[in-house]
Amino acid sequence: MAGSGSAHLRNNDEVVLDVRDLVVEFKVGGGRVVNAVSKISFDVCRGETLAIVGESGCGKTTLGKAILQLPPPNSGDVIFEGTNLTKLPKEQLRSARTAMQMVFQDPISSLDPRMTVHDLIEEPLWIWERGTESERQTKIRELLNNVGLEPDLVMNRRSYEFSGGQCQRISIARSLALEPRMLICDEPVSALDVSIQAQILNLLQDMKDRYGLTMVFISHDLAVVKAVSNRIMVMYLGKICEVGSPESIYSKPAHHYTSALINSVPIPDPTRKRTTAPLQGEPPSPVAPPSGCRFRTRCPAATEKCAAEEPQLREVTPGQFVACHHPRV
Amino acid sequence: MSALMSIKDLVVRFETPRGSLEAVRKVSLEIPFGTSIGIVGESGSGKTVMSRAAMGLLSGSNVRREGSVHFDGKELTAMSPKDVRNEFGTGMAMIFQDPMTALNPVRRVGSQIAEGLRVRLGMDKKAARARSIELLSLVRIPDPESMLRKFPYQLSGGMRQRVMIAIAVACNPKLLFADEPTTALDVTVQSQILQLLSELRRDLQMSLVLVTHDLGVVANNTDFVAVMYAGEIVEQATTTELFANVKMPYTEALLKSIPNIEMKGGTRLPVIEGRLPNPTDRPAGCGFAARCSYVQAKCTAEHPPLVDAGDGHLYRCWYPLGHTIGRKQ
Repeated sequence: MAGSGSAHLRNNDEVVLDVRDLVVEFKVGGGRVVNAVSKISFDVCRGETLAIVGESGCGKTTLGKAILQLPPPNSGDVIFEGTNLTKLPKEQLRSARTAMQMVFQDPISSLDPRMTVHDLIEEPLWIWERGTESERQTKIRELLNNVGLEPDLVMNRRSYEFSGGQCQRISIARSLALEPRMLICDEPVSALDVSIQAQILNLLQDMKDRYGLTMVFISHDLAVVKAVSNRIMVMYLGKICEVGSPESIYSKPAHHYTSALINSVPIPDPTRKRTTAPLQGEPPSPVAPPSGCRFRTRCPAATEKCAAEEPQLREVTPGQFVACHHPRV
Repeated sequence: MSALMSIKDLVVRFETPRGSLEAVRKVSLEIPFGTSIGIVGESGSGKTVMSRAAMGLLSGSNVRREGSVHFDGKELTAMSPKDVRNEFGTGMAMIFQDPMTALNPVRRVGSQIAEGLRVRLGMDKKAARARSIELLSLVRIPDPESMLRKFPYQLSGGMRQRVMIAIAVACNPKLLFADEPTTALDVTVQSQILQLLSELRRDLQMSLVLVTHDLGVVANNTDFVAVMYAGEIVEQATTTELFANVKMPYTEALLKSIPNIEMKGGTRLPVIEGRLPNPTDRPAGCGFAARCSYVQAKCTAEHPPLVDAGDGHLYRCWYPLGHTIGRKQ
């Protein structure tokens, strides 16, 4: 699970976001360092949805925030539409960021409870002085309609009066106010009921089509990701395990970790029993990650080579890249 | 099979300034010895209130409870709060949804586990410590002795939930309520915790009530399932029968909305349109009528009773699935 390596990068004209050798580390005292993201490279093409999948603590949220320079990464480059965000002066970075917006996991705590829905959505427009007063009012109504809320019923209410699913709709409307070209969704449905999840996933698809968005979709649930993504990147302890299309990843996962993740998804059918045992244990501490392949301590196929040598990403089937010495395909 | 807990015509009402809110409406449920029951429903369906009311955990001057709860030869509704409290730990126990907030943040894990052992079973310090170590290894925590010294904030979500389970099973309860025990957890950890609960139930000969919004979770982990909607049980059967032979349109809609790992990428997920009826103003007919795709005139006019299909499969619908008579094609 090395994931250093760049075999999976596409280098064509359609690439909107190009992340190279990104490293994010946090100092935790005693001279120790949490290796949250270790030399990760990936790219996202225009109109694509890249899903980043992994367990809690694998660095997927840190990676999503590092794209927006929140906080700036320790090293590496984030090139968005030809501009290297890591090199931009503060003020230019601020205005470059309006083109990329984020939707957060917890819709209730990410909205200010003292602001009305109207103000929540107007705030970005007001900060950036977009449009006249009446243009703004039209825009707010249009956004609320698009996310499936009735403007007259919701505008003057506050976030605590809404359910989790409705709050997530408000968050999405707010994130779209500045007409971003890229949306980074960090676990947008994991705090919601199954029946509401489907509604929000469909809404995100609709918004993507309507506004021509490029999306990065962060999730721990491979079943959720399947519905929305064109390309999937599986992460473990700050490294990439596998990159590929949903079809190849689900039908023949090459990495043992990907296969374990797929097997953990509950199947709503009591007649089907699991064929393999669920993944045991928990990820090791990112303060002292294992040598070589970082997944080797939980991997059923680990050998001495895995401890000694870090696997590099390589193509196993067309378009499917894996960082493993003993891939399943 | 005799019942360990039998709930009869349980009604829970909250008196609010805006009128009486009936959260649980005449629910009857039998929990046999040594079985596991899944209670499934959306947020607001009354599943949590129902299980808390059954345990006598709801208090406050605005709560009204009617009906009877018979547990292990005793009538809980007729007992004083102090006597009901004496049933906790040895008779029944509960695992809560959020392991982050359910544990006391300022006390060490060891003292939180030992508390029940010392109060309920009258163990001395030394015996309680020895038993705590046993319990921690029972829930598969590596290095249980060092775990005793830790505070909850030092543990991951999965580890905290294991500690919660250790506390709940410490005094060998006969009945364990698990309220959304895996909702806050990753899929990989979820499958570990569900497996652990199934094994503990078998080894400790407990009955288990698994409350969840996810039908995928109950499919492989329960013997019976009760589906709740708007404060009522709308369908109930053995797990295999329910999944093989869904009768309620609501259950079918819930099943369909689960993101399925086998479905094609980029397809829209089926959703349940609309939302639960307002609990202070319930419709006269079937509570699901407004959202049901098979709705008929009778559904909005008359409230359907819970009927038995003859084989113990209960449903609350005028036009159950699988019957063509009376259904518009």
